[in-house]
Amino acid sequence: MLEQSVPAVRSGPLFARWSRIRRNRQALLFCYIALAPVLALFFYVRVIPIIESVALSFYRWDLIRPLKPFIGLRNYTDLLGDENFRLALENTLIYSVATVVVSTLLALPLAVFLARRGWVAAVYQTIYFLPVITPLVPMAIAWRWIYDYTYGLLNYALSFFGIPAVPWLTSPDIALWAIIIMSVWKGLGYNLILFLVGIRNIPESYLEAASLDGASPWQRFRHVTLPLLKPILLYVLVTATINSFNVFTQVYVMTLGSQASPGQALRVLVFDIWQNGFQFHKMGYGSAEAMMLTFLVLGFTLIQFRLVRSQEE
Amino acid sequence: MRRKRKSIGARLLTGLAHAILLLGGIFMVLPMLWMLATSFKPAPEIAVWPPVLLPQAPTLANYSGVFETAPFGRFFANSVGMSLVATLSVMVTSLLAGAVFAKYRFPGRTALFGLIIATAIVPFESYMIPLYLQLNAIGWINTYQGIVLPTLFMSFGIFLMRQHVASAIPTDYLEAARIDGASEWWILIRVIAPLSVSAFSAIGIFAFIQAWAAFIWPLLIANDQLLFNMEVGLTAFQFKFSTDFGKLMAGSVISTLPMLIVFLILRRRIIESVALTGIKG
Repeated sequence: MLEQSVPAVRSGPLFARWSRIRRNRQALLFCYIALAPVLALFFYVRVIPIIESVALSFYRWDLIRPLKPFIGLRNYTDLLGDENFRLALENTLIYSVATVVVSTLLALPLAVFLARRGWVAAVYQTIYFLPVITPLVPMAIAWRWIYDYTYGLLNYALSFFGIPAVPWLTSPDIALWAIIIMSVWKGLGYNLILFLVGIRNIPESYLEAASLDGASPWQRFRHVTLPLLKPILLYVLVTATINSFNVFTQVYVMTLGSQASPGQALRVLVFDIWQNGFQFHKMGYGSAEAMMLTFLVLGFTLIQFRLVRSQEE
Repeated sequence: MRRKRKSIGARLLTGLAHAILLLGGIFMVLPMLWMLATSFKPAPEIAVWPPVLLPQAPTLANYSGVFETAPFGRFFANSVGMSLVATLSVMVTSLLAGAVFAKYRFPGRTALFGLIIATAIVPFESYMIPLYLQLNAIGWINTYQGIVLPTLFMSFGIFLMRQHVASAIPTDYLEAARIDGASEWWILIRVIAPLSVSAFSAIGIFAFIQAWAAFIWPLLIANDQLLFNMEVGLTAFQFKFSTDFGKLMAGSVISTLPMLIVFLILRRRIIESVALTGIKG
């Protein structure tokens, strides 16, 4: 595997020690040189902006004016009274809880059913994974066409059941659910694959032992599969929750009017941050809102970690 | 091990489950099929009630129309170029940092690695404002380098590579090479890298998919449409021609196709990589 070894090393305890020190110094130098470009990039595009984001949230600054007064927590207290922010927060929370819960509740039974079915499972796995791999923007456009009020496929399908046409994307209350359906469609396959792996890692003998003891399929699921699946389940919940708070692309593509007019857009947190920061140029205010998003994500992650720990005890 | 034959109830349940799976499967592919079918329909066939699934007089007019009304060729080339650069950079940075964090001890190691992982939880959207201001200050707004910058490294890639190198490559190999007089760089490139193909492919796949789908950042910092990637170009096109669904679907197909082709070729690998992340997480 390695090339021809070099001629025998000169011996002697002194030489050995000296060469080890030289070696260590070289290795240390190597570590820092190898890490330097990665860390430079990491600090420049992530660490510094995060710190800067915290700092900015205490200032009032609208980019065009040179004045940048420190206003303490004013941005935060203003946010709490901001109708747009409250609406965005509410929509984002509903969106997150609904997509995470629905996609988990759909993926889990599918995975249980598919776990021991060789090629059938492989075929379905591929089909359900297709939306995960496809880029979000074209899919959002395709769904906008499906949700179209006049010619949309969905309203056509509903007409068979005598349901009158639904304004899927133009009424904000319904648009939230339209976005949720589309997002469940997009993410379901990811959860399915993770659950499939988790279930396949459970030794078959456990399930057989349980059925020999007369356990019904439901009991086997409840008392064997589910407890052993908990780590994966929690992983899925954490990642899905974190990702769901950042929802933006679907909302931007599907609910903004023509010429990108935000009049009827569905208000979610990232949309509001984007609007405050880049349309109204309220950099401080937008940063405070961004901090709220971070707190929310961190809070939910901590709760989920707590849950993992309490389950392990 | 089967002790008794399946009851009628169990069989009914299995049948029901198959029916649900099949319906679910149709639900999964229908939006894509509908997009594909619409993209081949002439205008009068698109706005009809009731909708017809397959085009009656298939045409390529929407595809040629898309390229005439917007520089889609340019968008496409931008997406390919920037995604490849991002993928390459993520692979290199993941190898460098992953190997160093896995196999070397040096002051600051734990703290730095912890920082890289911990900050990965912070959503990009929550620090994009200061990042924008930073790039504004150095004149990188509306440039290729500014658009790709945040995609050049991935915490997750570093994490995955560290896990791989730590668990799959014995330290003895590195020691043996050192005794033979190999330098640390030689070890990294000739010993660690060739033994990390599976981690590389997982990281590369994720980096490419992520970079291709990049949206909010390019939307913010690319003002000149010649710098748009496929996603932003498609969105801009949609706001201009919001009711021309034939052309919109054609553009969407063009943007989706490369991912679908990559997926069909690397299907196994991609699904394995996703599964791997679940377990490592």
